[in-house]
Amino acid sequence: MDAFLTPEVTQALRLSLAVALRSVLFSLPLAVSAALLLSRARFPGRTLLDALVHLPLVLPPVAVGYVLLLLFGARGPLGGWLAQHLGVHLAFTTAGAALATAVMTFPLMVRAVRVSLEHLDTGLEQAARTLGAGPLDRFFTVTLPLLAPGILAGAVTAFAAGLGEFGAVITFASNIPGVTRTLPLALYTAMQSPQGDALALRLAILSLALGLAGLLLAELLVRAVRRRLGRA
Amino acid sequence: MTLLVSARKARGSFVLDAAFEAPLPGVVALFGRSGSGKTTLVNIISGLLPADAARISLNGETLTDTTTGVDVPVELRRIGYVFQDGRVFPHLSVAANLRYGEKRTRAAAFVRFDDVVALLGLGALLARRPHQLSGGERQRVALGRALLAQPRLLLLDEPMTSLDGARREEVLPYLTALRDSLAVPMVYVSHQYDEVLRLASHIVLMEGGQVLAHGPVSDVSLHPRLAGVVGLDESGAVIETTVKGLDGNGAAEVAVGNTVLRTTLRGCRVGSRVRLQVPARDVILSTRPVEGVSVRNVLAGTVVDLVDQEDGEVLVRLDLGGAPLLARITREAREALALGPGVRAWALVKTVATRGHVY
Repeated sequence: MDAFLTPEVTQALRLSLAVALRSVLFSLPLAVSAALLLSRARFPGRTLLDALVHLPLVLPPVAVGYVLLLLFGARGPLGGWLAQHLGVHLAFTTAGAALATAVMTFPLMVRAVRVSLEHLDTGLEQAARTLGAGPLDRFFTVTLPLLAPGILAGAVTAFAAGLGEFGAVITFASNIPGVTRTLPLALYTAMQSPQGDALALRLAILSLALGLAGLLLAELLVRAVRRRLGRA
Repeated sequence: MTLLVSARKARGSFVLDAAFEAPLPGVVALFGRSGSGKTTLVNIISGLLPADAARISLNGETLTDTTTGVDVPVELRRIGYVFQDGRVFPHLSVAANLRYGEKRTRAAAFVRFDDVVALLGLGALLARRPHQLSGGERQRVALGRALLAQPRLLLLDEPMTSLDGARREEVLPYLTALRDSLAVPMVYVSHQYDEVLRLASHIVLMEGGQVLAHGPVSDVSLHPRLAGVVGLDESGAVIETTVKGLDGNGAAEVAVGNTVLRTTLRGCRVGSRVRLQVPARDVILSTRPVEGVSVRNVLAGTVVDLVDQEDGEVLVRLDLGGAPLLARITREAREALALGPGVRAWALVKTVATRGHVY
């Protein structure tokens, strides 16, 4: 048996890691803001925003990819503007794969942050107020550090899920080797080719191992942070 | 220097409608049973809880006035708050907790980090994390953290409620030290009368969202409604006085009105300022001077008034030539002795019955 990591496998793995990482970095601040907005602010249209955030959970991923293509494609309203003014092209690029992944994993992250927000002792923020901390100061020195376990868990889970995003990526970013052919896309391609069985199996095992490692890491991180806060 | 508070807030069927004025520095006790509105009132003073109508001013500076729309933000009030549950930041070390408010204050420091650490005995705890602290230690950290923000007023909401008796005794001396050595003005919420007697200079007596009485501790101790809150067993005149002499057998003689009361007091010297409570249930009244009894205190006085209590009891207020005394007797005894305002009477008080501490 030849080496487990063939060039095709490493390429797909690297690409998957890069796409998932970029998607997490891009959506993390937005997810934290959305979670704060949804659980603390009262404004008209809150329920609608809540539904929009969770939409990728229930929509077929292909539909999400298609909507992204309509919006961010070369002739889409946003895609056209981005290409013209910033020279940024999203459809059929690695960045596009990351965007599609970010949209798909967004609800996971928002949920994780929201759960820890709901468990947050608002009394600690009040205490910070009485000690002279203004709103931004309180947010960065009390709220955010206390949300850290939830944010970390959400980020790691979203990262692990992002490694395997298929439908939205293939629809919006296509299946281009070295550009958008991530692990699941490479797996799909291998399954379609007559001699691809061995490769497909390797890719499947690798996906499984990565997913499991991601979930375990998320759990360990949460425990470590909780222990630090004395709430184990 | 004065703290002026008037506040109204309706919460469902509960209505807080309270007003008081207290001189500072000193310790103002908001005293009453659970549910009397003490915490609500202290939250309004801090600015954390908006009132329906309120006016709060501290040393002449208006902090809240709903009629003119003045509402100084909590973070700019410079009012420290020690919460019932401490609320020490779990993600910061003890030292970082202590520094949190200190770093943010723009006021000139009246207490320094090292002084607070020494005063509250926090030296060995600085590197620890909050979850490694006992309940009493946590409250001391909360207290130090609030102090280092250099507050103009310190609010303490039953800071010892979550502690057991021994831990309470561990924290109480720190609070008295704070009062005596730093003269920090404090508003202290409590439903423990003994705590109030040891700490407070001023009492705001609360019940059902209303202020029943407010004033110096010795005045409020005579208030007819106090017994309804603390129970008849706890009621009794509080007398602030000085030690005149020591008899070498553990008893001290203190001046009370135009007479002298013998009492047991630990740790006092001649000239010490002391606060005594003479429980009303331990005072026996006689309409004639008594001799040949073991009671060492037979104090001559005049009946000022008599207030009927529940269960056929009467609280009699005596004047001992300038100092008051409360006696708890039955209605039957009042009839038998024909006690009424202006009647001359002698109070018999056992030396060991009085409770006092150096103040």
